[in-house]
Amino acid sequence: MTVDPVTKDPFTAQLEHWIERIWEQARAFGLDPYPTHFEIVPATIMYEFGAYGLPGRFSHWTHGRAFHQMKTMYDYGLSKIYELVINTDPCYAFLMEANSPLENKLVVAHVLAHCDFFRHNAYFRHTNRQMVETASVNAERIRSYEFEHGVRAVERFLDAVLSIEEHVDVLDAGRPGARAVDGDAEDKPSRPRTTAYDDLFELDTRLDPGKGAPAVRAPRKRFPVEPQRDILGFLQEHTPHLEDWQRDVIAIVRQERLYFVPQMRTKMLNEGWASLWHSRILRELDLPDDEYAEFARLHSSVAAPSRRSLNPYYVGMKLLEHVEREEKVPLFEIRKLESDVSFMRNFLNKEAVEELDLYLYEFEGGEWKVVEKDWEKVRDGIVRSLTTYGIPYIVVEDGDHKRNRELYLKHCFEGDELDLRYAEKTLAQVHAIWDRTVHLETVIEGKPTVLTFDGEKSSRATL
Amino acid sequence: MEYTTSVSKHDWSLHRKGPIDQARHNTKVKEAIRENLADIIAEEAIITSDGKKLVKVPVRSLDLPHFRFDPKKQRHAGQGEGDSKVGDVLGQDGSSGTGKGPGKGKQAGDTPGVDYYDAEIEVDELAALMFEDLGLPFLEQKQNEELEVESIRFDEIRRKGVMSNLDKRRMMVENVKRHAIAGETPRFGAIRDDDLRFRTWQHVYRRETNAVVIAMRDVSGSMGEFEKYITRSFYFWMVRFLRTKYHRVQIVFITHHTEAKEVDEQAFFNLGESGGTRVSSAYQLALDIVSERYDPARWNVYPFHFSDGDNWGDADNQRCVDLVKALLDRANVFGYGEIREHSYGTPTTLMGAFQGISDKRFIPVVIKGKSDVYPALRSFFSLRDESGGLRTAA
Repeated sequence: MTVDPVTKDPFTAQLEHWIERIWEQARAFGLDPYPTHFEIVPATIMYEFGAYGLPGRFSHWTHGRAFHQMKTMYDYGLSKIYELVINTDPCYAFLMEANSPLENKLVVAHVLAHCDFFRHNAYFRHTNRQMVETASVNAERIRSYEFEHGVRAVERFLDAVLSIEEHVDVLDAGRPGARAVDGDAEDKPSRPRTTAYDDLFELDTRLDPGKGAPAVRAPRKRFPVEPQRDILGFLQEHTPHLEDWQRDVIAIVRQERLYFVPQMRTKMLNEGWASLWHSRILRELDLPDDEYAEFARLHSSVAAPSRRSLNPYYVGMKLLEHVEREEKVPLFEIRKLESDVSFMRNFLNKEAVEELDLYLYEFEGGEWKVVEKDWEKVRDGIVRSLTTYGIPYIVVEDGDHKRNRELYLKHCFEGDELDLRYAEKTLAQVHAIWDRTVHLETVIEGKPTVLTFDGEKSSRATL
Repeated sequence: MEYTTSVSKHDWSLHRKGPIDQARHNTKVKEAIRENLADIIAEEAIITSDGKKLVKVPVRSLDLPHFRFDPKKQRHAGQGEGDSKVGDVLGQDGSSGTGKGPGKGKQAGDTPGVDYYDAEIEVDELAALMFEDLGLPFLEQKQNEELEVESIRFDEIRRKGVMSNLDKRRMMVENVKRHAIAGETPRFGAIRDDDLRFRTWQHVYRRETNAVVIAMRDVSGSMGEFEKYITRSFYFWMVRFLRTKYHRVQIVFITHHTEAKEVDEQAFFNLGESGGTRVSSAYQLALDIVSERYDPARWNVYPFHFSDGDNWGDADNQRCVDLVKALLDRANVFGYGEIREHSYGTPTTLMGAFQGISDKRFIPVVIKGKSDVYPALRSFFSLRDESGGLRTAA
């Protein structure tokens, strides 16, 4: 335990004592967290870090909006962020200045379980553990681009890139050296048709075989060779006319997104893990009666069922408890090997679905209604939504569509249709990067359809 | 000893990143509101705000778009409290209607499909954005102008004046200057009469032209919730517009079913009656009122009427046409708004009858949805030149 001597007031000294006790209790239970630094911050800072996802991350109005919304809800007493912990080595965690002593104890225990999870879960094996420094450097670079090219220009480009930030290769996330799958080096895309006379020049070579290319075109190699899920990576490498700073902005957004992917993939398990351990640790702390009552209240408000979404704290914790009790599977093995998808697929059985009272619901005749209680269908529905994380599976199918450098994206349709208004607007954002006509193949009302944006207008064509 | 945990508490008071990006977001909200006025002003929350100064308006365009599933075509997972069953209703459509946005729910994503952002704006600010280039069309100088408006503007500084108008900041500057000129340390102190500066005012005169607006509203049984809502919404903004832009304009409120009557503002907005419709009764009453109280030689007259166009019969429609012509002899323009929510090409009677009126000062407008209210306001209150063509705003 080290404490910054300048700030060692009685409150901090007290807190430091409890952190030490909780650390020891966590170790006694078998948890093995990274060393963790706790910073006590005022609410504004807490909400800023919560909104940006990382301290010191680049500026953008969407971050400002998130900050404003979270802060307003806090000011009105509607919600409160308790825990904020960054997956780095050592871990950084933040405690809100206004927390009560009990709130701090619960948060510290919760956070240490997260730090254990970050350290030992297989999906985090390759994450960048210096991400705070990386994010600061990234922010600095973006600031310098703003200085050089104007705030508006950078914002406009960031808007476009952030619109498709979810489209990285999630399965690839964080693997060292993971990068965009490249096309064959010799597989040069065609020169874009830029004048009305380009056809004539081609005619020239076609009429005189001896002069240039053979009369019959060789079958075109695919570009990319395989459909590519990492749209950001593809755009970063293959967009024809980007300036260096723009490629760098794409790289930054992609890198930061990949950092968050393991957290997305294990949200339920990680929060369940932390909630399970904060409650076990706090029960060992010999809390005074009033604090114990406060703990019970706080814990049940954090881990409460939600009718319209799965509260990861609640579902994750209940399922872990269920598995430990009924299936006799060691919890530490689960935290080491599973992601949300595999965890749910392996362990969400009939008893668990019934115990948690899980269901599927949908929009039907103006109302949101419960439509499915059959445990297998509920399990499959949950596994499916966790597989996509609500993000449609879209790939770059052709980066040289019509041999005119048009971009052809394809939605790998798995039964759920896209929100068309959003799809068309997003396509316009992709165009803002690619700067030539962009297409998206998807399914609308059961029919394969291509949406197109040519820089001025959107159109639709049924295939 | 091995490093395990540490605690610190730094001074964060100079850290301003969040608020700075928040300010940028606010600027974008204002831009988005300007671009989406037509949708925003028809929000029920505003019309029913009862004089509240701040209203919340949903700004849809301010979300960064992304590829996402249609939430209404997807199945979602939830949890009950142990007793859920198929058929349980979890809620109503959250994305239409009264603009209940996120921010009230427990967490983002609590209500699938709701994706807009609630921005707070002052009604007056919204009105200023809407009306900046609108005005009363064909406004003429009439004889016997109303009394000149007088207001006071402080815009001059003098050495003599009333103590209550003392300009303390200037006085201090003068004081420091005097010390400096005298070669002393430039400091504040030892005030003399020479240092005193007083703010003083001028009378400002503005001439206004007489104008009266006659607001007519169909309250018959055929006017459904939607039609009533549109009418109220239009008149809400019209009244607001007139009051902010023309301080002295008078407004006469008339409601009608088979009979017309003049009512006060509150009754006009709240009245919900039923019965048949005879539009001519309203026009006749308007004509009577103009003849009695608003001599066209002295007044600019602006009658407006909103209806679903469902009138009593052809005979009355013909009477309406005659009365509109008679009113146009005395009025600057006549605005007629017909609200049709569902009709596709059904020739609603009243608008059909008005086809024959070729006067450029007769302005017919068809409203099919909430977002047509703003365009209707714009066509009624766009400044026009003599030929009736639209005048570009200065």
